[in-house]
Amino acid sequence: MKYWRKPLDFERVKVPRGQVHIVVERCKGCGFCVEYCPKEVLAMSEEFNRKGYHPPKVVKPEECVNCNLCEMICPDFAIYSVPVTDGQPAAASGSTEKPASGSQDGGMREDDK
Amino acid sequence: MTSITDQTEIAARAHPMAPFLRMDRMPHIWCPTCGIGTVMKCYVQALREAEVDLDKVAVVSGIGCTGRVAGYLKLDSFHSTHGRAIPFATGLKLGRPELLVTVFSGDGDLVGIGGNHFIHAARRNMDLLVILVNNFIYGMTGGQNAPTTPVQARSSTMPFGNFERPFNLPHLAASCGATYVARWTSLQTRRMTRTFKEAIGRKGFRFIEVITPCSTLYARLNKLGTGFHLMQYYHDNAEIRHGADTRELDIDFQGKIICGKFVDREQPTFTEMMDAHYRKTLGDKYVPMPPEGGWIHE
Amino acid sequence: MKADPAGVLTGAHYLDGDFACGEGAMAAGCRFVAGYPITPSTEVVERIARRFPYMGGVFIQMEDELASMAAVVGASWTGTKSMTVTSGPGFSLMMENIGLAAMMETPCVVVNVQRGGPSTGLPTMTGQADMMQARWGSHGDYEIIALSPQSPQEAFDLTIQAFNLSELYRVPVLLMMDECVGHMTEKVVIPPAEQIEVVPRRLTSRPPEDYWPYRLNGQCIPEFARAGDGYRFHSTGLTHDERGYPVMSAACQDQCVRRLVSKIRDNADQIVRFEEEQTDGADVVVVTYGITARVARMGIELARKQGVKVGVLRLIVVWPFPERRVRELAGKIGAFVVPEINLGQMVLEVERCAAGKAATVPVPHAGGSVHDPRDICEAILRAAK
Repeated sequence: MKYWRKPLDFERVKVPRGQVHIVVERCKGCGFCVEYCPKEVLAMSEEFNRKGYHPPKVVKPEECVNCNLCEMICPDFAIYSVPVTDGQPAAASGSTEKPASGSQDGGMREDDK
Repeated sequence: MTSITDQTEIAARAHPMAPFLRMDRMPHIWCPTCGIGTVMKCYVQALREAEVDLDKVAVVSGIGCTGRVAGYLKLDSFHSTHGRAIPFATGLKLGRPELLVTVFSGDGDLVGIGGNHFIHAARRNMDLLVILVNNFIYGMTGGQNAPTTPVQARSSTMPFGNFERPFNLPHLAASCGATYVARWTSLQTRRMTRTFKEAIGRKGFRFIEVITPCSTLYARLNKLGTGFHLMQYYHDNAEIRHGADTRELDIDFQGKIICGKFVDREQPTFTEMMDAHYRKTLGDKYVPMPPEGGWIHE
Repeated sequence: MKADPAGVLTGAHYLDGDFACGEGAMAAGCRFVAGYPITPSTEVVERIARRFPYMGGVFIQMEDELASMAAVVGASWTGTKSMTVTSGPGFSLMMENIGLAAMMETPCVVVNVQRGGPSTGLPTMTGQADMMQARWGSHGDYEIIALSPQSPQEAFDLTIQAFNLSELYRVPVLLMMDECVGHMTEKVVIPPAEQIEVVPRRLTSRPPEDYWPYRLNGQCIPEFARAGDGYRFHSTGLTHDERGYPVMSAACQDQCVRRLVSKIRDNADQIVRFEEEQTDGADVVVVTYGITARVARMGIELARKQGVKVGVLRLIVVWPFPERRVRELAGKIGAFVVPEINLGQMVLEVERCAAGKAATVPVPHAGGSVHDPRDICEAILRAAK
């Protein structure tokens, strides 16, 4: 990040780091996350998902500050970020419950790769 | 350190909003670049931050694209008839006063066919949170003129451009007696979330209008691109003016959108007035409806 | 269970039909009423508005009948027994949301104090011309239950019955009164609360994780959950599956709608209620309901004096129609005579069920007053030939 002068609390305040997760199959290629990410972390990819949309891809992973704007602005719940502390990404924020009965339980554990 | 989670089931559970959504119905039906999903997400986020008892939240939607919101929220939710979400919600609230009832519907549903119910619920200061998603058109049915469509805009029933004056919704709500009136665009996610959270903590008829892109109908019929371009228009034309006079909040076609919180006042709700009045006139003989509702059982 | 004493005005009263209906609702445990004034039904809600604050009930005068019915459906989802009252023009307005109640399987009661129609018609004078509308008024396939009281006492009793039936079958129940009964003042005896049997709103015993709002579990009615109890269910007016989720397919439509219809049709024998008098060995049977049943008594007596063997079949539950009994009678008698204050509505059902085995003689009346009993007698004599 470019500063025009060094902030006085530079040593004390740590800029957060984040890791972006993209749910490729749910994305509808609207481009909001790419356009409005303040750190330009994302770009539209050339790949297609199963529905024929172009999902975004992470191009500047080290820039993500976990501001969650992509998560908030995505209309399709297809992207979210998790905080990264000391080089280890946290589990997704918010509790996770079992899905409502009737949905498919794929038997997969939550994965925080 | 990137991750593209293409295993939908994992991501479905890992997404922070997953516990609040009916993930077995995802992906939802809204078009690419439609803004309704964003508004729904901000509402859910506001519910999380407000730390309310989610078991006591009930959401009522009408008919239309925004009317589908009720079906995707994992709360007690009702998808009622066109225009009647507000009286349906009134029945829910009066039948069980402890419920936190939110009406989540579109412009055509709430102020078109539902106009009468809108003004009376505001007049009574019914304790409802009304989130009106305004995309300036009747989307679900194919792009007809709405009571909010700006002059000049084209729609399927005004193919040469609209010549009818549209509503100024914050003004309508405020003049009918709403105690909390705000407007945002779906681009302003954080401000919208903060407003939702604030409104959730208030009582009375709270009205929040959210201007949202409609790609397939409004944008296409008016050759404005897609919802992406409408978001850019919001970016360039949204002006925040808290406390502005609601008379000046009209939106011209592709014109300025004045956003912010316009009305925030404390006034007794319908139920409070009812209880106070009966206590005064009937004294000890008055038996109010208990907060847990009028269910009579053994 | 026994009625909640807070709502039961035990004693012998001198009440009109509208007031008696209101008392019946309160005795049945109704605690939410949304209404809109319309002659001749307004007295029902006026009575309720006066008494509800003493028993934890909420009455709200909504801005129109559409809002009233929507509010009734909403309130019913909190587990509160709900009711609205109206007459012809309001009944037409309520139709969409009656359909919503039928589709969402919401128990509720709608009272229609019929008046002369169509349109504004005769606001202060009687009619019985909404009987077919009760059955077919809203669009689509669905079934409702409709009752018809003939006196203020019956208005009280049948309102309680209406609530009980709506709870048992999770269906909107229509109480088809008429202005004559509604505005007639007679003795109404209200028994003590312990003698009044009411069906409470039954809730599911399943835990939220195991609950689907429209799953049957081998019964004909799905189990109910109240909004606010943590079940987080979804209910919609769209064609839905057992989870309550909208599904757009012919298969789902078939499953969803057929069940709405069959839950009443398959149980018609338990629901149907009528009163018979001297039908054994009769040549002519008079089929009546509501105020016309009382007017017809004189016509029947006149005919009996002239030697005709006349029986009476008085419909108490009008819909579902007592097809089986009418078919049985059709095989044994010469003719049905059907006086009603309309130009031929329930007579069509009688004729359909008689299937030509007995003649069907309508005695229509356009509305505004009750029949002249001599007209009914004359029709009976004609039928006897």
